[in-house]
Amino acid sequence: MIPSIRPPRPFMWGYRACVLGFFAFLIAPLIAAGLFAFNDSLFASMPWKGFTLAWFTGDADPKIGLLHDRRLLKGLAVSFLVATLVSIVSLVVGLTNSFLFERHRFPFKGLCYMLMIVPLVIPGVILGISILVLASGIANHVESRFGYDPDFLRPGLPLVILGQASFIITITSLVISARLRKFDRSLEEAAFNLGASRTRVFLTITLPYLRPALIGSGLVAFLVSFENFNTTLFLVGSDAPLTVTMYDRMLKVGSTPVLNAVSLLLMVGSGLLALVSVFVQLERKAPRAGSRAPISRGAG
Amino acid sequence: MNQRSIRRLTLFMLLAPFLLWIALLIVLPHAGIFTLSLREKVAPLVYTVGPGNYLDFFREPIYWNTLLRTASFSVLVTALTFLVGFPIAYYIAKIAGRRARGALFLGCLIPLWVSDLVRAYGWMILLRETGVVSSFLQWTGIVSVPVELLYNDATVVVGLVYTVVLFMIVPLVSTLDGMDNSLIEAGYNLGGNGLTVMRRIVIPYAMPGIVAGSIVVFMLTAGSYLTPILLGGKNSMWFTEQIYEQFITRFNWESGAAFGILLLLFTSLTVWLGLRLSGQSLASTVARNEA
Repeated sequence: MIPSIRPPRPFMWGYRACVLGFFAFLIAPLIAAGLFAFNDSLFASMPWKGFTLAWFTGDADPKIGLLHDRRLLKGLAVSFLVATLVSIVSLVVGLTNSFLFERHRFPFKGLCYMLMIVPLVIPGVILGISILVLASGIANHVESRFGYDPDFLRPGLPLVILGQASFIITITSLVISARLRKFDRSLEEAAFNLGASRTRVFLTITLPYLRPALIGSGLVAFLVSFENFNTTLFLVGSDAPLTVTMYDRMLKVGSTPVLNAVSLLLMVGSGLLALVSVFVQLERKAPRAGSRAPISRGAG
Repeated sequence: MNQRSIRRLTLFMLLAPFLLWIALLIVLPHAGIFTLSLREKVAPLVYTVGPGNYLDFFREPIYWNTLLRTASFSVLVTALTFLVGFPIAYYIAKIAGRRARGALFLGCLIPLWVSDLVRAYGWMILLRETGVVSSFLQWTGIVSVPVELLYNDATVVVGLVYTVVLFMIVPLVSTLDGMDNSLIEAGYNLGGNGLTVMRRIVIPYAMPGIVAGSIVVFMLTAGSYLTPILLGGKNSMWFTEQIYEQFITRFNWESGAAFGILLLLFTSLTVWLGLRLSGQSLASTVARNEA
């Protein structure tokens, strides 16, 4: 609080109550979604019929828990695969983009920078349909021309990965660029003067400096991919990621609290990732001790 | 090789992935749906070029009504999000003590990381006829029969505000956090009251954050799919649902593409207008916000 300004006390108490109310509003649906994973009832609704772990471990018919639900487990595996690949692609292209925009001058750079940001302000549904249309157009063309059906251009995981990467690359590019902009280039020059090769300088000086941004944006990319629905919905084939599988069930009447069990798992997972990323950010902001990085690398 | 040609080679190697990405995943696909949207079916497998799909959109009231409804709801949600988000962001950045600030900010960030799907599902459990709120109201005796709180417009608006409010708070907190407190003190010393200081000093200072938050919130709302459908039911009349209907259910890609272009035009125009009115650019708001 700014010490010299003291608003009237009743006002401040009212203000605090509103902030408190807001956080209750923020957390209420999360608690509801998590709590009903433990309700011993066939539906995720009141009344409370007692505590059970059946929605996690159950294997007998009406109560099939998460661990025995083949389709949900499959969805989870597919989401992991997609999110991992999307993060790798987004990190690689994000890294090259950040060097492109921070280190080089070329014609139409301003326009290109705009184009790099634009995917963030295109609705996900539109990214989905436009990639679907282009891929199907090419696939149809190839099929009628050469009599061979390029499977990877039909709805399926390759398109899901491309569709998600189309806007996640923007996120990784911006985060890595912001870090690269603060890099002191005399460090690289010193290494060159000491006779290091370009590759060596990149691997031992520049890349370690970018590490927090790479880890942070990699986590964000993973999470955004894992939770993506709008773009994925249009590009999905027979292997559905977890969000699509869950959504299909939610629309069905009489879905069981196994959905709450998945929700709880997702909340715990994303909460942990969020904490990791916050700590990485803290490390990024903390002043760096000059000799820390080489020593810790030597020890590890 | 000399230094110059190495530099050129590096430049080309860095340009290649960028151009592949932008051309293959952004520019060409959008050119593709634009071309498709201008294609009219005159007989099976016979097509001509024309604005027929767009004319159909304006001829059929349910289509443009859905777009208008989506547009007005999105503006309403953006305004409500600002009204709810600003006081919270101001509290976190300027009023809370040092330690509370970090905890509150973290408290804002963690729900942001939870999937929209899980959050909408949580609201369904709270609000449906057999849900927590309905049972609670019956228990207190306020109502005697179960009440259905899902599937109405108010719920959709609240649900949307809930889904996007953190995208307003986070940029506002970082903008307000960078504001020197002495600016506020000076305003008071010069005789301004709380309202004047807010209107003449704090809000103008926070404008980049406000614009960044509003653009993201507006975009996410207009393009949202899960929240209107899960909380508003099958008849929530959201424009993205119309696009899905045309593409997947009716397999009428031409008209789906036209709808997509219309939604894109509408959101881009609004974002552009917002940037113009506030004198900001995409790079100064959205890009900074992400980084």
